[in-house]
Amino acid sequence: MFETLASAGRIPEYPMRREPQCPFFPAATVREMTREDPAGKVRIWDGSTPWFVTRHADQRALLNDPRLSIDEKRPGYPHMTRSRAAGAPHHPAMITNTDPPEHTRLRRGVNAPFMVKRVEALRPRIQQVLDGLIDDMLAGPQPADLVQAIGLPVPTVVITELLGAPYADREMFQRTSHVLISHDSTPEQSAAAGRELGGYLAALFAEKMAAPGDDVMSEMARKVRAGEMAHEEALTMSSAILIAGHETSASMISLGTLALLRHPDQLDLLRSSSGDPKFVAGAVEELLRYLTIVHTGVRRIANEDITLHDTTIKAGDGVIFELAGANYDEREFPEPEKLDLTRPARQHHAFGYGAHQCLGQSLARVELQVVYGTLYRRIPTLALAVPFEEVPFAMEGVAYGLKSLPVTW
Amino acid sequence: MKVEFDEPKCVAAGQCAMVAPDVFDQRDDDGVAIVLDATPDPSLHDEVREAAAVCPAAAIRLVEQ
Repeated sequence: MFETLASAGRIPEYPMRREPQCPFFPAATVREMTREDPAGKVRIWDGSTPWFVTRHADQRALLNDPRLSIDEKRPGYPHMTRSRAAGAPHHPAMITNTDPPEHTRLRRGVNAPFMVKRVEALRPRIQQVLDGLIDDMLAGPQPADLVQAIGLPVPTVVITELLGAPYADREMFQRTSHVLISHDSTPEQSAAAGRELGGYLAALFAEKMAAPGDDVMSEMARKVRAGEMAHEEALTMSSAILIAGHETSASMISLGTLALLRHPDQLDLLRSSSGDPKFVAGAVEELLRYLTIVHTGVRRIANEDITLHDTTIKAGDGVIFELAGANYDEREFPEPEKLDLTRPARQHHAFGYGAHQCLGQSLARVELQVVYGTLYRRIPTLALAVPFEEVPFAMEGVAYGLKSLPVTW
Repeated sequence: MKVEFDEPKCVAAGQCAMVAPDVFDQRDDDGVAIVLDATPDPSLHDEVREAAAVCPAAAIRLVEQ
């Protein structure tokens, strides 16, 4: 009893709530632990107390350390939610739950569509999509909701075209993926959403097997036919690409716009430097760092004992890496709470670090470069239509974002 | 400067090809990095250092001469 009370007082609950007055910053406890308790612990939904690693240097070392595993099927793995824990035993081997060398083989099978030169080739199409959406918004009534007008449609059009899914079906997969990544979903709701999305993609994949086109699902269909990829793996990957491919970029577009509207000097600087691709690329990195939208931690389990700051992480212990901790670590990023688009920020951990770093990061970068480089130049009078305090944040998912962003111009 | 690349470690995140496109490319079939120029011109050294620093798999090692 004593021990339970004592530890309950010492170990903070995770995920933590942010301060409402600074919704872009990680919770104060995260920053305190980065400064003072680099090998601390947190308590998660099931009452377990995994290690909590927040420093940039520690994350770089440990996220490349083969003594830590991403095998979510192992007892003691610090699952993100009850739904994830319930689903884990049923998942096939995927890039998100295997370690090298199996991971290396699986990842090499799915990298091609996301390589730099392939996503660079999409840049003109992304620009065209964005220009059309801006035209539509400007021709419509004010205020407009930037989430629905720009933030969500840009990545949704891009990911559906890349994958080869009809854009007309977006309502279904936006709804089901929202349920799948929300922490508020029950295991039953997640399972139902998973079945609906899975059934849809299985039917679509069957069409690609019969009549392949020029898209990623067809590419996977060819691999399945050639015996280079399992059918189930192709379906799981399709679903993962669809889910990961739209809400995250949508959040970055909307949150990035809000953050810039809060920092008019930085917005002016970006607008006047829009013609300089290097500046815009750097601005994207700084906004990725500053916002660090994935706020539920990267999770691993220790294969063997690991020493961290004179403490021993025991074999079988869970470990959580809070990415915003590293991105607000003063040792790596001086004055981290300052949005400074001229700061060298590319070493941030917004996409994670190590072998499991985001598969779609180059695509996300190109999307954000196009949007941040265009939107404020084309709409120089863009402004919030409501007080900042009334902008509704969506904090309940794997990544945070905005429910809406009312703007005028 | 000499660029050493540990291919088995490469996870094809592509950051090197984005940061230092004159020195790194990616293989068409699986995205694994290719070193185009193992002894890059000094004018490229800064971006090569950045590419090595951001490689998520720590697969790029630079021997500074």
